[in-house]
Amino acid sequence: MAEFTTFEHDVLVIGAGGAGLRAAIEASACGCRVGLVCKSLLGKAHTVMAEGGMAAALANVDERDGWRVHFADTMRGGQYLNNWRMAELHAKEAPDRVRELESWGAVFDRTKEGRILQRNFGGHQYPRLAHVGDRTGLEMIRTLQDHGIHQGIDVHMEVTVVTLLKDGQRIAGALGYDRERGRFRLYRAGAVILATGGIGKAFKVTSNSWEYTGDGHALAYDAGADLKDMEFVQFHPTGMVWPLSVRGILVTEGVRGEGGVLRNSEGRRFMFDDIPDLYKNQTADNEEEGWRYVIGDKNARRPPELLTRDHVARCIVREIKAGRGSPHGGVYLDIGWIKEKISNAEEHIKKKLPSMHHQFKQLAGVDITREPMEVGPTTHYVMGGIDVDGDTQMSTVPGLFAAGECAAGLHGANRLGGNSLSDLVVFGKRAGEYAAKFAKEHGQPTVDQGQADDAMRDSLAPFDRAAESGAENPYEIQHTLQDLMQNNVGIVRNEEEMAAALDGIAKLRGRAKHASAHGHREYNPGWHTCVDLNNLLTVAEGVARSALERTESRGAHFREDHPEKVSDWGQWNLILRKGTDGAMQIERRRIAERPAELTTIIEEMK
Amino acid sequence: MATATFKIWRGDASGGEYRDYTAEFDQGMVVLDVLHHIQAEQAGDLAIRWNCKAGKCGSCSAEINGKPRLMCMTRMSTLPVDEPITIQPMQTFPIIRDLVTDVSSNFKMKRSIKKFKPRPPDTEDGAWLMDQQDVERVQEFRKCIECFLCQDVCHVLREHHMHDEFIGPRHLVYAAALEMHPLDTEDRVADLKKLHGAGYCNITKCCTKVCPEHITITDNAIIPLKERIADEFYDPVTKLFRIFQPKKK
Repeated sequence: MAEFTTFEHDVLVIGAGGAGLRAAIEASACGCRVGLVCKSLLGKAHTVMAEGGMAAALANVDERDGWRVHFADTMRGGQYLNNWRMAELHAKEAPDRVRELESWGAVFDRTKEGRILQRNFGGHQYPRLAHVGDRTGLEMIRTLQDHGIHQGIDVHMEVTVVTLLKDGQRIAGALGYDRERGRFRLYRAGAVILATGGIGKAFKVTSNSWEYTGDGHALAYDAGADLKDMEFVQFHPTGMVWPLSVRGILVTEGVRGEGGVLRNSEGRRFMFDDIPDLYKNQTADNEEEGWRYVIGDKNARRPPELLTRDHVARCIVREIKAGRGSPHGGVYLDIGWIKEKISNAEEHIKKKLPSMHHQFKQLAGVDITREPMEVGPTTHYVMGGIDVDGDTQMSTVPGLFAAGECAAGLHGANRLGGNSLSDLVVFGKRAGEYAAKFAKEHGQPTVDQGQADDAMRDSLAPFDRAAESGAENPYEIQHTLQDLMQNNVGIVRNEEEMAAALDGIAKLRGRAKHASAHGHREYNPGWHTCVDLNNLLTVAEGVARSALERTESRGAHFREDHPEKVSDWGQWNLILRKGTDGAMQIERRRIAERPAELTTIIEEMK
Repeated sequence: MATATFKIWRGDASGGEYRDYTAEFDQGMVVLDVLHHIQAEQAGDLAIRWNCKAGKCGSCSAEINGKPRLMCMTRMSTLPVDEPITIQPMQTFPIIRDLVTDVSSNFKMKRSIKKFKPRPPDTEDGAWLMDQQDVERVQEFRKCIECFLCQDVCHVLREHHMHDEFIGPRHLVYAAALEMHPLDTEDRVADLKKLHGAGYCNITKCCTKVCPEHITITDNAIIPLKERIADEFYDPVTKLFRIFQPKKK
């Protein structure tokens, strides 16, 4: 059998973005020997792509803000499918996590009084996002990285995990390989935290990097854990649409927070045409009021461009379908227009949105201080994921924890912008703390060599197939899957297309069994693509199966054959589990009853 | 669709060679897009390190026609295609395979710099007060995406291989961000002189020229650090004072 090196850790963290780093720092602070596995180099994880900011009710800009308002906003945005306990903890603890980042060296933009500045974002009643221009994610990951490297954490860079190992019911560690040499590594650990991020690479147009292949989702699922809410995939309303090669790259919601407006080809601000009932009370009904909100008038309601992402994305699709789109199949996002309102607009835009200015200039030859951007929806985030306990972040497998995007619950049917970065640190910390506790209480597990041998054999199989007739190109399978998901399980869904998607996924699963890799194991991306295919296929099936089951439209999940929200569906989460026969099983699970005081908060804020 | 020929360096630590690949490209494509097409259709095992494809993660550093650049931010329209486009890995770092280099030395260098040590909070709720003007100086340095192109182009590292004596522009920028942080109370000046070799930089500004984030590395980070070192170690008046004063911890 293939050789491997063994590493011993009390807590193994898989994934080194914001959640993984914060979890590793916490577990280490609890006195554990911590291993941190990065799929890429340290500090390159997808958190660097986060732009707009980190939501926390610091109340630095508007003193009316507080955890209750943040909680109510998060629940409303998630259409009440959220794990209310997570929404409560998140709203209460986010301010402390922001201040903690500052104590570790983060440098946020300031108010006139010298406090942390907060900006407007969709679905948040008050300016709430602590930010650094439009590169807040970079600030967060660099702060955690620079703090973390002094905490005695063992960092394993450019390692892909291929399977979790179990000792009976509990988790026992993981098996992976390093990309550099292709050598296997066995990690024995008392507790494992998954912080692997999302699944964007299951779709063709996405803001996500190559790493986002649903690894944590699939690892947990294969280890017997429950997945939840997988039908809820967030399509960010504003991705770049042109040039084609950059299609999908994110355009921060911060553009709209700073006063950017959406227009169709007729020049109309179409977001005023459809304001959902749930938000009528909070949304401006004319342009003048919307602008007053942007410049901080506390009596004004926010402009409809700052409605939740699910709604804005659908309105953009509606305009494009009605033939009122821009030349390259998007709509216009205009920030340059604010020069009509403020004198130093050009300087202001470059200062508040430097990355956007740079990105459009460099990649599209567009100067956003003068010209409107062309934007359209892009696959951005998955609300669904590994089902976890709200307080501890432990999955249904003892000793297996999850935090950040790969965990489910906080965001319900739709995530508010800015709630992701705060999610990472709030629940990263909790996962680290409780995983350390679990590891200490349960001691080191025993590793079953047979599980490792199986995983190594499966991982190396693509090399053996290279010479077979009928060998498949893994890149081609991946591209076919991305097209299938984009066309059949995208923003607007129906039964027929999703059933076809499930058929297609089953066929691709068959083809993936023949995916082959040429050459040797050292830094071989063809091989890596073969290994990642299984994860992508699992999450794609999960999304399609759940979306087919939920016969209503809610949050990010829109069915043209069931366009209405059904109140009964508001009581249920959808759970996916691997059956004993290996087939994916789906069941409805009733949402736990909410404590009266939380319901009161929601009612009061309506 | 237009066509371009690429001369891509293929090989590993034991050696390698340039191989020619011809590929079509569309308007607006960047170099990394074309390499991905080559990877998917002609060379499945072509090793490339990349992540965000938006100039934010700093993974896809390489040398394009001899110039250190991010492959994801180099548009095909900016390159002449009547002759082959040469793509080689960064030359300052050991080769792993093809376009991927071993940049691990950077992570070790960074750890040798003393970490952030803030003053006690200014307010009762554990927060600090800072002026926007004061944080902006540091924010420039914190834009760094750690692509290590500045390390690649720095002749102290590239030609003289002084990785053990000199931390290079990236880490001088990092040290400057800490030293000029409004809240920081640590002193790194002695380390910068003795351990980190700040004196080796002779201000040729090559690093500033290649920085994709347009950080004015030399003028805003390195020169002020050199001035601090000069003040502390070479100023005759300070030197006289030091003889009579207890040493700073």
